[in-house]
Amino acid sequence: MRLYVEVARKTFARIATYRQATLAGVFTNTVFGFVLAYVLLAVYRERETVGGFDAIDAVTFTFVAQGLLMVVGIFGSADFPERITTGDVVVDLQRPYDQQAWWAAVSYGNAAYYAIFRGIPPFVAGAVVFDLRMPSFPSFAAFVVSAFLAVGACFAWTYLLQLSAFWLMDYRGPNQIGSFVAQFFAGVFIPIVFFPSWLETTARATPFPSMMQLPIEVWLGRHQDAALLGVFAQQVFWIGVLVVAGRYVMSRAVGRVVVQGG
Amino acid sequence: MSVDNIIDVKGLEKSFTVTRKAGRLRRRREVVNAVAGIDMYVERGAMIGYIGPNGAGKSTTIKMLTGILVPSAGVVRVDGLEPSRQRIELARRIGVVFGQRSQLWWDLPLRDSFDLLRHVFRVDAARHAANLARYSDGLDLGPLLDVPVRQLSLGQRMRGELTAALLHDPSILLLDEPTIGLDVVSKEAVRQFLVEINQQQGTTVLLTTHDLTDVERLCQRLLIIDHGRVIEDGTVADITARYGTERTLIVDLVEPGPPLDVAGATVSNVEGPRQWLRFRRDEVTASDLLRRVSQQAEVRDLTVEEPDIESIVREIYTR
Amino acid sequence: MVWRHLVGARIRADWQYRTSFFLFLLGQSLIACLDIAVIASIFTNVDSLGGWSGYEVALLFGLGGVSFGVADLLISQVETASRHIKAGTFDLFLLRPLSPLVHLSASEFALRRLGRVIQPFIVLVVALFKAPIDWRVETALLIPVAIAAGIVIFGAIWVITSSIVFWTVDSQEVASAFTYGGNMATQYPLDVLGVWMRRIATFVLPLAFVAYFPAARMLDHHEPLGLPNIVAWAAPAVAVIAALGARAVWGFAIRHYRSTGS
Repeated sequence: MRLYVEVARKTFARIATYRQATLAGVFTNTVFGFVLAYVLLAVYRERETVGGFDAIDAVTFTFVAQGLLMVVGIFGSADFPERITTGDVVVDLQRPYDQQAWWAAVSYGNAAYYAIFRGIPPFVAGAVVFDLRMPSFPSFAAFVVSAFLAVGACFAWTYLLQLSAFWLMDYRGPNQIGSFVAQFFAGVFIPIVFFPSWLETTARATPFPSMMQLPIEVWLGRHQDAALLGVFAQQVFWIGVLVVAGRYVMSRAVGRVVVQGG
Repeated sequence: MSVDNIIDVKGLEKSFTVTRKAGRLRRRREVVNAVAGIDMYVERGAMIGYIGPNGAGKSTTIKMLTGILVPSAGVVRVDGLEPSRQRIELARRIGVVFGQRSQLWWDLPLRDSFDLLRHVFRVDAARHAANLARYSDGLDLGPLLDVPVRQLSLGQRMRGELTAALLHDPSILLLDEPTIGLDVVSKEAVRQFLVEINQQQGTTVLLTTHDLTDVERLCQRLLIIDHGRVIEDGTVADITARYGTERTLIVDLVEPGPPLDVAGATVSNVEGPRQWLRFRRDEVTASDLLRRVSQQAEVRDLTVEEPDIESIVREIYTR
Repeated sequence: MVWRHLVGARIRADWQYRTSFFLFLLGQSLIACLDIAVIASIFTNVDSLGGWSGYEVALLFGLGGVSFGVADLLISQVETASRHIKAGTFDLFLLRPLSPLVHLSASEFALRRLGRVIQPFIVLVVALFKAPIDWRVETALLIPVAIAAGIVIFGAIWVITSSIVFWTVDSQEVASAFTYGGNMATQYPLDVLGVWMRRIATFVLPLAFVAYFPAARMLDHHEPLGLPNIVAWAAPAVAVIAALGARAVWGFAIRHYRSTGS
């Protein structure tokens, strides 16, 4: 266990050095947040509520979502798949630790850094211009738990996608498709309460809302008491499913390790 | 400036401003003089070695000769052109080979790379075909033309890179570590080829390398650069005679012991039973030294190390 | 033209990885479909957005999307400059008798990006049939003119914002705020944006000329953003200015690179 904490800490320290990239990312997140917020506000000029969200809920959603994007890591990363395609993964496989746990630790290391440095700034920028809903202390605590689980769920999903590198030399195709499908159903493009009801129901049956939509709903205080526990349970359930799927696929992959490159 | 020189450089300087961290929050601006005043000339048709330790300013100079970098001061003329102002025109007349980076198209057959370069450099089809046939024969590329570059061995790829650099009949060929990583046979093939094109076609060759054998075999003249200045400019024979006198005798003693005290040599390093003895060729011969060592300790194995460029330059610089 | 040959080479090289190519093509089409799904979702909740009906917004989406898609195909390669500078391979472009911009565009060409043009094109065609367009000869002429201008404007934005990497090599993501963010903004009537953002989108980043003004002209909307709708015909002039701006900024960036080496 201590090894994984150490991995997370090292990851944090490493990305902390990429200050320019972080700054650039914060800028982009903020711009996207503003455009999306204005679009949603235009919807609210016609209606009071959509799917139970009022205007403030929707705009708050937008900025929290922009902040959470990098925290949960929904875009995936190239590190693991590149080790697979170059064959370096063989070295990793001979080491006495669990591969999936290792990369999970890396994800959490990233998440911790991004939570502070890319999570907060866009929200603050949004709060300057718009009216945002601040959570009560219990809601915020619940949000932190839910976000923590969201990181796990999202990691397990991207891990699965990245394993495709064992079969395809170019993992970026499935990576991109998987990432965009996840984003769509997680509410990144638009809160899923805006979907027509059949689409929203479908979305909620997938693991993806656990990665973004649900934690933000918790922030907005939309799930209390028993319902809140239900949300956590749902997230944990999907983490379980995706982790098990990941381990299964990994065991198949290791069976057919093909070393590429010089 | 002579009209016969293909490269003429006077007072070349290049400085960079670098920000360094000074404490936790502050930054300090420093000016680094990568090239601090170089005068050099290369005659048309010459084959010159351009060497120096890492960080000496070699690649910075080459970048200024090719127009990649703009000088801070000084005058540069390459084949009559000013590189920083006439980059594109100059690019048509230069061929470049990087030992560590490929200019070929990785996923396509070698032949495709050559064809593409024909379009890039606007070479007419007949001349291109003739050149390709000639180099292909000379470097034995025939069977490799239809192989994707990524499947070629390093030696095969280097031969491809050389051809690629020459297909547009450049007047100058610039080589940066062309033999690095090659096996002995391939190195010889490359050197042989370079000598031929230099002698038969009069292509001027400027060679940057860390391999002393390249220099000895190929270069008529040697330019040694260190700390941004040319510190030696002369024929290889001259320079080796003057400076390459220090050698190292490495002995593996049967039993480890204190540093040997031998006349004519100084012990520069000791690792267990192994000792490094530096001596000067003009003061004592290797066999004499071995005899003196054997009188003090039993020697199990030995090697004699020739000076490399680093040590020659080191020696030159410390004089 | 050398560009044609280099692009051909790139396409042939990518064709070797056929599965990857088709997966990517699928991915790009999927992304564009998800974009449409977002707008369609919005219109299941309201009938108009910022005063524009569903098919009118579809016209915006089509015009903007096609322009963006083609610019993505032809110019977005400039984003790879950052990678080349970090790897030290940018110098190779300067050793060839070509403009580095042309060389980048050709050697990093990705045919799969065609997928990003197809969906908006289909939406455009549908919108041309279904939106309440004021059909005249002039309207028909405006379509190709607006798209061509839009391509140049997006191209200019790409080049100008990506030039930042010659100063801060890790800041490529900043460009995304303007390119992908810009694309997002053109999908909606600019009326929805806050006043300050509208001004930026008209006078600083001329996104308004890509889809909004041309669509307003075609639909005979009065006073879009307070300007007479004939301003749509300024799009070609705006595009030219943008292109000249891009040339200047890129030239400046290359000169900077050549004097500092990075």
